Amino acid sequence: MPDIEWRQLATLAGKEFRDRMRNRWVLAVALVFTVFSLVITYFGAAQQGQLGPRSIEFTIASLVSLVIYLIPLIALLLGFDAIVGERERGSLDLLLALPITRLELLLGKYLGLAAALTLSTVIGFALDGLLLFRQFGWPGLYHYLGFVFSSVLLGLAFLSLALLISVLTRERTKASGLAIALWFGLVLVFDLLMLGLLVASGGEVFGRSGGQALAYLLLLNPTDIFRILNVFSLDQVRSLYGLASIVPPALANPWLMGGAMLAWIAAPLALATWRFRA
Amino acid sequence: MTSTTPANESVAAIALRDVTKHFGAVHAVDGVTLSVRRGELFGLIGHNGAGKSTLFKMMLGLLPVSSGEIRIAGASVRGRDFRAVRRQIGYLPEHLALYDNLSGIETLRFFAKLKGADLAGCTPLLERLGLAAAARRPVREYSKGMRQRLGFAQALLGAPQVLFLDEPSNGLDPAAIREFYAILHELRSQGVTVLITSHILAELQERVDRLAIMVNGRVQALGSVPELREQQDMPLHIVLRLEPSALELLHRCLGEMPGLQLLVTPGQPCQATLSCPRPAKMAVLAVLAALAPLGSLLLDLSIHEPSLEDVFFGLRSSDA
Repeated sequence: MPDIEWRQLATLAGKEFRDRMRNRWVLAVALVFTVFSLVITYFGAAQQGQLGPRSIEFTIASLVSLVIYLIPLIALLLGFDAIVGERERGSLDLLLALPITRLELLLGKYLGLAAALTLSTVIGFALDGLLLFRQFGWPGLYHYLGFVFSSVLLGLAFLSLALLISVLTRERTKASGLAIALWFGLVLVFDLLMLGLLVASGGEVFGRSGGQALAYLLLLNPTDIFRILNVFSLDQVRSLYGLASIVPPALANPWLMGGAMLAWIAAPLALATWRFRA
Repeated sequence: MTSTTPANESVAAIALRDVTKHFGAVHAVDGVTLSVRRGELFGLIGHNGAGKSTLFKMMLGLLPVSSGEIRIAGASVRGRDFRAVRRQIGYLPEHLALYDNLSGIETLRFFAKLKGADLAGCTPLLERLGLAAAARRPVREYSKGMRQRLGFAQALLGAPQVLFLDEPSNGLDPAAIREFYAILHELRSQGVTVLITSHILAELQERVDRLAIMVNGRVQALGSVPELREQQDMPLHIVLRLEPSALELLHRCLGEMPGLQLLVTPGQPCQATLSCPRPAKMAVLAVLAALAPLGSLLLDLSIHEPSLEDVFFGLRSSDA
């Protein structure tokens, strides 16, 4: 059992959280989510000549794209300098000479940043949730809460990756470059590669019983896990997504996907802890 | 360079035994053994890259040793008791980085919480260091000297028994430096051990009890400033100011005194410097007796011990 003093953890997390409240980071991100989610909800079906939400399923499907682009970027920008920034400023030695462990420092920072990201996400989607509740009632709100919850998990997974980058690098500029490259790779390039693989194999890669194992490659990308989690529960919109529609039914299990997302939160953080201790 | 026995280790505030640190093939610290007593003001000096910072970091537990052992107040800073040990340590780094968005009092409270120190002690500390009026101002508005004083206040949180101060007078004005050392001497009288580094050797010379000079990762000399002068066998200088007509008489007075060198400053025939060999006390007495016939022709006389800087550069040149 690692040596953790919860009071130290709370002090470190509290500082990170208060810093983001004080510099209005939480407010700014919440406003971005509020504006985008309202715009997408009301104008998402404009091409079909309709204003306002068509159904909860289609609204969530539209919001999924917003979240996949925005939340990973915000989480990576939030966390990339958590450790490397302290190191570069010269305050890391001062902190580590105090009666705290490296694990407490890392976890404290993660928890504080995670709280700020979670709060801004929840506040940012709250107004849209209220409007959808008025229109679609409790069943709609239930779906929407699942979507918000999975959005928070996606943010935490990318925050965990950001901390890993922060531990692995020695300069802020390198860390920021790596963070942007990771976002680019996981959000834009990965799915293109998967589609390319699909097309190159004539659509058979995921279709044959033996080849279905390749569909599990989607688990290597938390944004795809998020997409599957939100789209597979919505029958109406499966057809909207190229990759999602050919994912084997086994991956539609929300517990499996939820577990995979938790693994994406825990694994980078564990790796960062191991590397930071060494 | 000192013989560290188990007996004096038991009372040592800081004890290093054969400490070595390698970075690949580079020996940053090479077999350092030293012991700093409780209540001692101890200086650590050396050229850039001599290994001071690496040694400092190992003593603070920030870097593991390659071999050897470091004990602070009898316990290892990286062992099971590290929290208890670090609560007794105060540290002021050379390149102090504080959080610009926090105020002075918020900064101290943050560090006090992590150190397990009493939060009520933060305001009196700020008052003691002359920062009470700026307590609620954000640190980004502080001058360099104010930041340094805030850093020092941070190091004093929780009444530490051992203080590690790396270039602590950086950015302080002369009055603040005097005040800073007054606080250090007060702490020393209360039994607090202080380990201090500075590139301004004159600042340390009159203020430390003992010091270690590091050269290329090793402790090359260790002792009080007078002890180091003796170890280095450095001559002291007697500077004379004479009537112009007295120079010939001076030569006759000093005659063939063994080991004595007379240097006449070029272009200043009325000034002469005598370089006395050690043991200095005997040599000075003999020189003063020999100068008696000069009488009123001797206008002024001053005796100069080698400075810490002389000792330091003497060591470096002998090492080279």
